[in-house]
Amino acid sequence: MQLPFSIETFIRFALYVVGFLAFAIFNAVILGWGERKIMARIQRRIGPKEVGPFGLLQIPADVIKLLAKQFRTPKGGDTMLFLAAPALAIIPALMSFVAIPFAPGLLARDINIGLLMVYAFTTVVILGLLVGGLGSRNKYAIISAARAVSQNVAYEIPMLISVVTVVLITRTMNLTTIVDQQAGAFWHWNMFRFSASPLLPVLFIVYIICMLAETNRTPFDIAEAESELIAGAFTEYSGMGSGLFFLAEYANIVVGCSLAVILFLGGWHDPFGFFPGVWWFAAKLYFLVFFVIWVRWTFPRTQFYSLLNLSWKTLIPLTLGNLLLTGFWIKVFGP
Amino acid sequence: MYTKHKEETFVLNLGPQHPATHGVLRIKLTMDGEYIVNAEPVLGYIHRMHEKMAENRTYAQYLPNLSRLDYLGAISFSLAHCLIVEKACGIEVPERATVIRVIMAELNRITSHLLWFGALIVDLGGFTPMLYIFDDREKIIDMMDSITGSRLTFCYLRFGGVSCDIDDTFIAGVRDIVPYMRTRLKMYHALVSRNAILQERLVGIGNITPEMCRSYGASGAVARASGVKHDVRQAEPYSGYERYDFDIPMSTDGDSMARFSVKMEEMEQSLRIIEQAVKNVPAGAYRNGKVPRTLTPAVGDFYQAVETPRGAFGIRMVSDGSNTPYRMKLRSPCLSNLSLLPEVVEGMLLADMLAFMGSLDLVIPEIDR
Repeated sequence: MQLPFSIETFIRFALYVVGFLAFAIFNAVILGWGERKIMARIQRRIGPKEVGPFGLLQIPADVIKLLAKQFRTPKGGDTMLFLAAPALAIIPALMSFVAIPFAPGLLARDINIGLLMVYAFTTVVILGLLVGGLGSRNKYAIISAARAVSQNVAYEIPMLISVVTVVLITRTMNLTTIVDQQAGAFWHWNMFRFSASPLLPVLFIVYIICMLAETNRTPFDIAEAESELIAGAFTEYSGMGSGLFFLAEYANIVVGCSLAVILFLGGWHDPFGFFPGVWWFAAKLYFLVFFVIWVRWTFPRTQFYSLLNLSWKTLIPLTLGNLLLTGFWIKVFGP
Repeated sequence: MYTKHKEETFVLNLGPQHPATHGVLRIKLTMDGEYIVNAEPVLGYIHRMHEKMAENRTYAQYLPNLSRLDYLGAISFSLAHCLIVEKACGIEVPERATVIRVIMAELNRITSHLLWFGALIVDLGGFTPMLYIFDDREKIIDMMDSITGSRLTFCYLRFGGVSCDIDDTFIAGVRDIVPYMRTRLKMYHALVSRNAILQERLVGIGNITPEMCRSYGASGAVARASGVKHDVRQAEPYSGYERYDFDIPMSTDGDSMARFSVKMEEMEQSLRIIEQAVKNVPAGAYRNGKVPRTLTPAVGDFYQAVETPRGAFGIRMVSDGSNTPYRMKLRSPCLSNLSLLPEVVEGMLLADMLAFMGSLDLVIPEIDR
């Protein structure tokens, strides 16, 4: 009998699925712990320290607590949508991991259009918020869902334009190839590739801003503004329902930061061209994650209209102009 | 800014359990999308009949009630009660006691303003300053605790003085806290006041005109930020406030940022008062020893106002000559300040309304009484 794929391929794939699921969940646990520790340092506190060494088992303990809690569906809400929302939030977030190369060979699927695939999935994440808000039959949740959608529409555009600019430079959507092009010391990284466009550092900043908005983090966390909308779309979720949303949030941060590392910061290549490897990827990734946490506990929240103004009046013209400039620059100075 | 574009509105209940109402205040909002068409504060969720309680308690028994009105500025509230009873009964207060009262009231004002500052930033979505201010607040409260024995609902003042004398450790502590707080306030300004997002959230939001302040009876920082120069400590000085040299922070902008700056500046002024007060605390008794056990003031109608952290607090007391008042009317600042809310927030966005409410510095038990 001839199988369409060899048994090794199957085992390899199964291992990757298990591996990346484990990685995503382990990451969420570590980030949950890390966020609380970093936040505590910023706020001159100690943070979790009772459960396990350095409080490392705090998040598993929280997960056990969440699992023990009753998952309650609100009366009069749309139960189908309400139950589907956490899955809609978490599955695309985990699926995005499939195409991300962490090191040479350390990726599940080397897809030719990996970048497109990741963005296709991250766009779906917002559906979880929308559907959860609509299914909750809670006015705060519906306000939050409406906010989340208009925010994401506004920020996906400059984010994608900045990514398209990078694609214009790299001429490929294959994430591994994009990293390979940046081999060597840090002046080879896309962020400093002035031969392609003089404005790439600006583009990187725009990308980071859009990523903060995409992942609903402060200062753009207006969708789950806790002092305004209690918990926004998650208000009615109890137990692991809300736990999954948090898992999805952390997975999204990791995906967003990974893409920033791949597109702008040279992936697994180290700044001085000595020991490229997965550790450099991790170092860059967790530095960006730390930055995201740092921003969250430093800044207050923006108002909704200024957020949209920033996107439509500043970021979109800026990125569009940059796209034109890059095209022009490549045409004139390019190979 | 806001134009009503459709007839369809919905009612959003903000509270009584909502993180931004700082207590059990309920605001019934009629919303058009995220715009507020109408806001109606619903009071009474922690109404405890404090005014009625006064009528069947002796003056001394009623003293602890006052610190339960406004749990953040308890000293000022019990000061009003002490002053009015002393006025009605003609009790002399020793010089040392008046100075101790001023020091305590101003320390209490700083703790209250610090908490307001932290809570406002929490309303705006920044959590970290809240924990910074608790650090400072703790230092001040520890000092007050060492003398008064309580940390929040102080019942420290007595008719004709205070319950315990202050010691040298306390005075040294207060001397140290003044420069410390100045550096901390500088840090808060650098960390928070100049933040672009904060400016954007507060500047031009929630404009209150001086006319509105007068017609609603708003007082405290709310009125002063709108250009109404009124501070009971200077308008009708009590407890020796006329001896201290301090400014009344003023602004004519009337927006949330003006209230923010006025309140921040008030802390500096309180530090100035404390600095002058601890410089020479007069020796002598801390309490008038000749106060009778049962107080029976003369028949009459008395009024006493004090400047609490949130504004002018007044007590009107009608005495029929017995050992309990005939009527005790409490005029609390937050009720007047809250009554501005429906007029100001009309057409505002929900998030701006919460920022505006944060800048009003409401303490709900004092509104409901």
